Amino acid sequence: MRRRWMAAVAVTVAGLLTLTACGDGGGAAQTPQAGGEKKVEVFSWWTGPGEADGLKAMKEIFEKQNPGLTFFDAAVAGGSGDKARALLATKLQADTPPDTFQGHAGAELQGYIKAGDLEPVNSLYDELKLKEVFPEQLVDQISVQGQIYSVPVNIHRSNVMWFNPAVLKEAGVTEVPKTIEEFVAALEKVKKTGKIPLSIGSEWTMVHLLESVLLGSLGTEAYNQLWTAGSDWSGPAMTKALNDFKTVLSYAGDPADDWQPAAKQVADGEAAFTIMGDWAYGYFHNPPDGGLGKKSKTDFDWAPSPGTGGTFMWLSDSFTLPKGAPNRAGALAWLKVAASKEGQDAFNPKKGSIPARKDADTSLYTDYLADALKDWGSDKLAGSIQHGVTVNDAWRVSINEAVGLFHADKDVAALQAALAEAAKNSGQ
Amino acid sequence: MTRVRRWLPGLLLVMPSIIAIAVFVYGMLGWNFRLAMTDRHDEISEGSFVGLENFVTLWDQKRWGISVDHAIVFTVVFVGGALALGWLLAFLMEKGIRGEGTFRAVYLFPMAISFVATGVVWRWLMNSGQDERAVGLNRLFDSLGLDFLQWEWFRNPDWGMAAMAIPAIWQMSGYVMALFLAGFRGVPEDLREAARVDGCTEWQVYRHIVLPLLRPVTLSALIILGHISLKVFDLIVAVSGKQIITDVPAVFMWVAVFDSHDPAKGATIASYIVLAVSVFVIPYLVWTLRKERRP
Repeated sequence: MRRRWMAAVAVTVAGLLTLTACGDGGGAAQTPQAGGEKKVEVFSWWTGPGEADGLKAMKEIFEKQNPGLTFFDAAVAGGSGDKARALLATKLQADTPPDTFQGHAGAELQGYIKAGDLEPVNSLYDELKLKEVFPEQLVDQISVQGQIYSVPVNIHRSNVMWFNPAVLKEAGVTEVPKTIEEFVAALEKVKKTGKIPLSIGSEWTMVHLLESVLLGSLGTEAYNQLWTAGSDWSGPAMTKALNDFKTVLSYAGDPADDWQPAAKQVADGEAAFTIMGDWAYGYFHNPPDGGLGKKSKTDFDWAPSPGTGGTFMWLSDSFTLPKGAPNRAGALAWLKVAASKEGQDAFNPKKGSIPARKDADTSLYTDYLADALKDWGSDKLAGSIQHGVTVNDAWRVSINEAVGLFHADKDVAALQAALAEAAKNSGQ
Repeated sequence: MTRVRRWLPGLLLVMPSIIAIAVFVYGMLGWNFRLAMTDRHDEISEGSFVGLENFVTLWDQKRWGISVDHAIVFTVVFVGGALALGWLLAFLMEKGIRGEGTFRAVYLFPMAISFVATGVVWRWLMNSGQDERAVGLNRLFDSLGLDFLQWEWFRNPDWGMAAMAIPAIWQMSGYVMALFLAGFRGVPEDLREAARVDGCTEWQVYRHIVLPLLRPVTLSALIILGHISLKVFDLIVAVSGKQIITDVPAVFMWVAVFDSHDPAKGATIASYIVLAVSVFVIPYLVWTLRKERRP
C-alpha cells in the first residue's frame, strides 16, 4: 500500500515538473539572448531562391559595417508571408517583438501601427535624407498622418501583362494592346485560335487582375482617389470598370493552382496573356528548377497591363522598428543598411526587384529590370490592393471575398455593392 | 484514513491530466465562448459584452452560408462514402480471402498519412485541366478513352465539395473497414449457424443477424468520421488553399482571425464548429454512459 502511495506522488510531481519545465524552456528558446554578443533578430519570409541570397548579401554588408553586431536570421518560410505573419502576431501580442520585421509597405502596416507596435522612423528619414532619394509619391503613399513607419527595401510592379509573342502572332494580334478595348479585341482573336486567351491562377490572382483592370479603366487619378476620403465606389465609372473586369475575366481559362502554373501556360504557348506582378520575370527567365529558362522578348514578353501605360502600380517590402525591440540600436543599424544605396543594390538584383531609391546603379539591372527601373523614375505611382499598399488586411480580405463570390455568380451589381460596403466598413 | 488511502492515490495520479484538461480544453472553450460574445472586432480593442449578436449577424454573410453548405455536402459524401466503402471492404475480407493480413495493412496504410500529404497528392490528381491540358486523373481518363469522365473536380461550383471528399474517403475507409471487421468477427458463429439451420439464405443472415449486431460499430464510426468532417481544415488548405470555392467553417475561421484580424468573428465561427461537433458527440456519450451503467 505504502509503495503505491509513493509511486502516485512521484508521478504527480514529475508530471507537474514537466509542465512547468516546458513553459520555461519554450520562453527561453524563443527570444535570442540579449546582451553578450549583440544579436539583431531580423524577421522576414525571405527563404526562397533569390530572395534568401539577397538577404545574405545585405547581411554581409551589415556585419562589415557593424563589427559589434551579429545578424540573427529569423526567417519563416512561406511565400507572401502568411505563416510568418501569423507567428509575428503571436510574438507581438506576447510583447516579445523581433528587433525588426518585414512587412509590405503601406496600409498593411496599419494594424501594427494602431496596436502601437511600431515606432515612427521619421528621424531616420531626416538623418539619411531619404525623402530626397525615394520618389515623393512613394513617401506620400506610405505616410500615415505625417509619420513614416517603415523603410522600403525593394519595389515590385504589379501591373505587368506577360504574353507569348508566338501565340499573338498566330492569332493575328499585331500590336500589343494598350487599352482595355484593344485588350478585349486581342483576347477575342486568341479565343478563335482555340488557345487560352488569358491564364489565371487561384482566387488571389483574380484580385490581382482586378486591381490592374481598375487602374486601367478608371485612370490613375480616380484609382488613387479610391483610397482617400473622396472615394466613389458606387458611381458609374466604377460600374463600367467592374463590367470591364467581367468581360476580361470571361476570357480566362480554367483557374490554375497558383500564379506559377498560370504563367507556365503562357510560357508553354498554351495561353496568350497573363497579368501578374514582376516576380513572374524571375520565374520565366531563371534557369530550370528555379524557373522556366525562357528567353525574354522571344519566348515571352511584357508590357504595362492595358490602360495603365505611364503608371507604375507598386508594392514594396520594407523593414520596421518595433516598439520595445530588445536591441533598438542594432535594429536602427539594420534599417540604415536596408535604406542605403549599397544595401539595396546588393539585395535587389538577386531578389529580382528594383531598389526604392532613385539613385541606384543602373548597370546592375538588365533586361526587364532595366525597363522597370526606368519607369520607376518617371511614371506616376499607384499602390497595389492585393499586396497591401492601399488597403489594410481586413479590407483586403473583404475584397477577396467579394471577388471570390463574383467568380461564382458573375453578378456585377453584387460585386460593386460588396466593394462599396467593404470601403465603408474600413472607414472611407 | 483507510478510505482516503483507497481513493487518494488514484486521484493524485490523474490530477495532472485533469488540471491540464480543465485549463487547456474547458478553460479555453469557455474563453472562446466569452470572446464570441464580445464586439472585439480588432486586436487592440478590449471588447464589451454584446450577447449573441455575433452569432446572429454571421448568418447575414454570404460567405458563411456558402461554407456551411460546403461543410454539409462534404460531411454527407465523406461519411456516407467512407462507411459504404469501409463496410464493403470488411464484408469482402470477412469472407476469408487469402492473404487477409496483407490486404488489411494495405487498406489501413492511408490512415498513417497526414491529411496535408494526402491533400498535396490529390491536388495534383484532381487537377481541373482537361483534354490536352489534362494531368492526374483527367489524364488517366483521357488516355483510357473515358473522356466523358473528365470534370473540374473541386473547382466545380456545385459538386466541388463532393470531389473534395474523395481524398478523405480514400484515407479513412481503411479505418472504417478495420472497425467493421472487428464487428463482423464479434458476431458469434453459432448465431449464424442457427439462422442457417432455420433456413435463412446467406443474404438474410446478413440482413437480419449481422447488420443489427453491427449497429454499435456503425454508430462509433459515424461519430468518429462526423467530427473529423465538421472540423476539416488541413485537407482543404492543402488541396485548394483559402478559396471561397472550397470554403468551410474552419478555413473561414482562420481567415477571420489571422487575415481579417477579427477575433470575435473567429471565436463565433469556432463556437459554431464546437456546437456542430457536440451535436454528434453528446448523444453518443449519453448512449455509451447509459449502456455502461447497465449490468
